[in-house]
Amino acid sequence: MKYLDEFSDPDLAARLVEQIHAVTTRPWALMEVCGGQTHSIIRHGIDQLLPDGVEMIHGPGCPVCVTPLETIDRALAIAAQPGVVFCSFGDMLRVPGSSQDLFSIKSAGGDVRVVYSPLDALRLARENPDREVVFFGIGFETTAPANAMTVYQAQRQGIANFSLLVSHVLVPPAIAAIMESPSCRVQAFLAAGHVCSVMGTSQYPPLADRYGVPIVVTGFEPLDILEGIRRTVTQLEEGRHELENAYPRAVPDEGNPTAMAMLRDVFEVTDRTWRGIGMIPGSGWKLSERYADLDAERRFSVTDLHTAESPLCRSGEVLQGLIKPHECAAFGQECTPRRPLGATMVSSEGACAAYYTYRRLDLLTTSP
Amino acid sequence: MTDDLDFEGWTCPLPLRDTPTVVMGHGGGGAMSGELIEHLFLPAFGGAARAELGDSAVLTVPPGRLAFSTDSFVVKPMFFPGGSIGDLAVNGTVNDLAMAGATPLYLSTAFILAEGTPLSEIGRVATAIGEAAEVAGVQLVTGDTKVVDSGSGDGIYVNTAGIGVIADGVDIGPHRARIGDAVLVSGDIGVHGIAVMSCREGLEFGTTIESDSAPLHGLVAEMLATGIDVRVLRDPTRGGVSATLNEIARASGVGIELVERDLPIPPGVRDACGLLGLDPLQVANEGKLLAIVPADRCDELLEVMRRHRYGVAACRIGTCVAEHPRMVVARTGLGGTRVIDLPIGEQLPRIC
Repeated sequence: MKYLDEFSDPDLAARLVEQIHAVTTRPWALMEVCGGQTHSIIRHGIDQLLPDGVEMIHGPGCPVCVTPLETIDRALAIAAQPGVVFCSFGDMLRVPGSSQDLFSIKSAGGDVRVVYSPLDALRLARENPDREVVFFGIGFETTAPANAMTVYQAQRQGIANFSLLVSHVLVPPAIAAIMESPSCRVQAFLAAGHVCSVMGTSQYPPLADRYGVPIVVTGFEPLDILEGIRRTVTQLEEGRHELENAYPRAVPDEGNPTAMAMLRDVFEVTDRTWRGIGMIPGSGWKLSERYADLDAERRFSVTDLHTAESPLCRSGEVLQGLIKPHECAAFGQECTPRRPLGATMVSSEGACAAYYTYRRLDLLTTSP
Repeated sequence: MTDDLDFEGWTCPLPLRDTPTVVMGHGGGGAMSGELIEHLFLPAFGGAARAELGDSAVLTVPPGRLAFSTDSFVVKPMFFPGGSIGDLAVNGTVNDLAMAGATPLYLSTAFILAEGTPLSEIGRVATAIGEAAEVAGVQLVTGDTKVVDSGSGDGIYVNTAGIGVIADGVDIGPHRARIGDAVLVSGDIGVHGIAVMSCREGLEFGTTIESDSAPLHGLVAEMLATGIDVRVLRDPTRGGVSATLNEIARASGVGIELVERDLPIPPGVRDACGLLGLDPLQVANEGKLLAIVPADRCDELLEVMRRHRYGVAACRIGTCVAEHPRMVVARTGLGGTRVIDLPIGEQLPRIC
């Protein structure tokens, strides 16, 4: 994919880094919203190339990390029921609930399957009419359209044994919640390009105005991220706070109208709890009344959930950008990707996992 | 009475004709088991089979140290672009022997078959085993068949064990890497894993990538014939290059530094990995080897490797270093560094 190689070109990257250094006169704290951006920043060592004082704060945009513990426990309880085929994207399988994860349910005999598309789950439902097939619908605005389409198709095709366990979350309310936190240090945002490719950019100018923060839509390749940093720092240095689209090759300002129409049909906005952060008003989607009979939460009445986060885990503070992963005492000690205490260590896009996977050497050699 | 019958080319009509799928009786050790061996496995294995059908194979081995290895193959799907569980089962064990510097001689084949599996599929797998063994020049000398209830297994599982002989003077082991040594790979990485994944359920991303499954003992023999002190040889199968290099770093106590831009990752593998959120360094290979050799003889050895059909794209990817002992680190394209860690378990495609 030559098109992608061009966005990793070391010479162009060096030029962008020079420009960022040239424009920077003082420290700035920038938040990349999406876990994919975090992963790319740490994997390529982009934060090592920035001027002293320009700090990347890792945002809450890892869908696996922010799925609330109660929802994970609910998923585990449903997946353990006989007659259920529980389908999920792969990276949810290792996310710890209060006491176990989907892998443990699978090894104990639960029918848990990794699928690559929610439509695969619908096909399984069609092929297994005597089983209840549940798909774990998590994620931001990016994964929601495909899940909405699946629910739409299930109802249209009269597939009665399919349901969706919904835990969708929305980015703009999370940005507002971060800015309204008394401990907020964020001065600008790199918005997630793929979210905007679905939803467009219209939700961001009001946020930039209200909170006085530059917001630059960026992609995920190294040059995309460096260009986003260059533009946010330039705005900050010039005292501007606007929305800029630095990812026009993927993001039309109007988004994807077809996907948005499907989302409006299937989902409605609801308050949603974010793991590690808490309840953010209007920050999630649930199935609209028209599709309520496809809601796994209603279909399987799971009661007696006793959720319990690890007292050592500080992933909530990591998700809000209050601490860096290695500033948690459990990082690399009680908490590793093999025995994660929180979702930020288990998800491939989680900030803790990115630090542990790629940056452990620096942390080891620089720690006292 | 039998004097009137011509046994030449004769095959028993039971059970292979009457039942198109595996039944429990095929694993019972009775007549049906015998017929399965006689009329399916042995003809499919062809010239590679050497079956006296006793309880043990009695083998003649040339002088030297013996290498002995075993591996089980549970790959799904059984057939994928560029190969099948059959050739993997042969090449996997042949390569395990080759990585000790051994010439592979004999293999056993043991099958665990799920009741209901079509015999035609088992025939295809067995034929692939026979063909791969002939190509590798090893004899299939003993075996076993068991059948498990429908639902207790998944088609065909194959175990192979192999014996080879190591010539005098050859000393290869993961503990022998030294600071300053060069790290070589015999060709493109990540190919087999992506070929298998590309035909798994729901993952039809239209790649033309075929598995690189191949026997590597010929390439190893050419490398050893140079007289260069090849210190470590490993085939980076499950866990990929990442797991293998981590094991070498830990066994020998050196650090390993890779140069990311020198890694031979074909565009199709890179794209598929990007799409699925996988690290190509953690994706399985089946026909590649990693070698740790003295840096001053590295170019000479690479020339020899590139003359062999399974080493055409051989290249240097890194160096053994004194810094960060027992760890593998890559220098990124932008000039940063990152740790290359052991994969925890199976790689899981990410959500978005």
